[in-house]
Amino acid sequence: MNRFLVGNGAGFSGDRVDAPLPVLRTLIASGLPAALFFETLGERTVALAHLERRRDPEAGYEPMLERLLEPILALAKQHGIPLLGNWGAANPPAAARAVARLAMAQGMPDLRIALVEGDDVTGLVAGGQLPVHEADAGLDMGAWNLIAANAYIGAEPLIEALTQGADVVVAGRTSDPALAIAPLAHHFGWRADDWEKLALGAATGHLLECGSQVTGGVFWDPGFKDIPDPANIGFPIAEVTAEGGLVITKAAETGGLVELRTVKEQLLYELHDPAHYITPDVVLDITRCTLEQVGQDRVAVHGLRGHPRPDTLKVTASFEGSWLGEGEVSVAGPNALARARATADVLLERMKIRGLDVRARVDLIGVASVHDSDDGALWRGYDGPEPPEIRIRLAVEARTRDDADQAAREVLAMLCCGTAGTGGARWRVTPRILTRSHLVLREHVPVTASVRTAREILA
Amino acid sequence: MIEVPLHEVAHSRAGDKGNRLNMSLIPYRPELYPILAQQVTEARVLALFRHRGATACVRHDLPLINAFNFVVDEVLEGGVNGSLNLDGHGKTNSFRLLALTVLVPEELLSR
Repeated sequence: MNRFLVGNGAGFSGDRVDAPLPVLRTLIASGLPAALFFETLGERTVALAHLERRRDPEAGYEPMLERLLEPILALAKQHGIPLLGNWGAANPPAAARAVARLAMAQGMPDLRIALVEGDDVTGLVAGGQLPVHEADAGLDMGAWNLIAANAYIGAEPLIEALTQGADVVVAGRTSDPALAIAPLAHHFGWRADDWEKLALGAATGHLLECGSQVTGGVFWDPGFKDIPDPANIGFPIAEVTAEGGLVITKAAETGGLVELRTVKEQLLYELHDPAHYITPDVVLDITRCTLEQVGQDRVAVHGLRGHPRPDTLKVTASFEGSWLGEGEVSVAGPNALARARATADVLLERMKIRGLDVRARVDLIGVASVHDSDDGALWRGYDGPEPPEIRIRLAVEARTRDDADQAAREVLAMLCCGTAGTGGARWRVTPRILTRSHLVLREHVPVTASVRTAREILA
Repeated sequence: MIEVPLHEVAHSRAGDKGNRLNMSLIPYRPELYPILAQQVTEARVLALFRHRGATACVRHDLPLINAFNFVVDEVLEGGVNGSLNLDGHGKTNSFRLLALTVLVPEELLSR
């Protein structure tokens, strides 16, 4: 049977850097043709990367790139397993140079590195040429400065890179599923309008793109949904056949698990209308999907359907936003709740007394915070038992850095001016980034893939 | 019948796109599917997020995989980039959903 394996080595920027090696070893042990992909970009990650690139022209790619590749690059090359990633972020050329340096250091000057470019559409957004996505219709960016805009590109240039014999593919803002679709389409020779096959690829990408989230990560709930060895969750592998079979499994000799419940949670993750999961390559429809446990840590996915791809690509535009100021202090022991509430009220009063132009929110961590609203409806209405400890958090949005800083420092001042037994102050100010989605016709986003050896790139 | 938090009989995961939140709801036992379909309505789920300005909730039913998908609009008070909430992605909200109570036959409590 003609089978191909797709492994995932990272589900976001910040994932476990020791995860890829067990996946690669499992791919090699199978003796089957395979590829390994890394998904390290989020809406926010791209914007932050653009700011990094402004600060340093050689920065702005995945900060963990070298750390992720160092243990696996030579092994992958030796066994002919291509590595693909959107780890180029805001600066794919610099990422390609970083991979080239690593290849040279490991004695592989002939490593073939593909550079995928063309997703940067900052000029089109700056020129006001792209309509705003309906979901963001009411979003007015006012006078905020555009940082950058990137289109979610599809599998096409990645397939081209693999066709040119790339060992490592360095891309920027590809769609997440494209990273799985590309090696599958390349191996099986899928046509660009074979929607059923592309749907299989899109589902593979969707289920694997968040790494451990399909193998037990953000799934385990002690006493309710237990998993083996959560400190060593194995990252996922998809087994795809030419006939359209898809089985989700994971790296051998690792923790975590693959079962119906983990696959269901990930199948619906970040999905809205199950009949229309839009990717640049195909619209995936999971309404007829069924799942079957076909072995330990093996779940088969059936009934996937595909519809023609959209004419437009989604664009994420990021803007320099306001400033975020945050400060925290703790109270604990008898009467902690009354002291925390009083601290919250005084902090909000201090914003007014100081005349700080901020939008402010207070959380009482330990009473209500992440589930609460900006006006603190939950902690204000709380009438449960006295918590042993409470951390009070002030968060403000300000138009100037100074206002954000002054507001956050009001939390620090509570060390002396606050209620009895106030301690543990921390505060910080960070720039905020605003994002807005646009649409662009795909023919207006000319993407290219160029493959060169490590030696050529550094020449 | 016994009143229990959804957490006793189902599991869930939350994800975001912009200012829109989705949460799966997956009963541990398929016999619970029609019971949850009847009790975990769009209106009840929307009410869980009213305090944060949520404007709409749509439930997509996926009986073939024994799951529901709830999509809630305008719940993240600005989304990951605009929110003052520590959890700008809204990922912890699956457990707000799982705190909602339902009436279920006692014999369906075992997972």
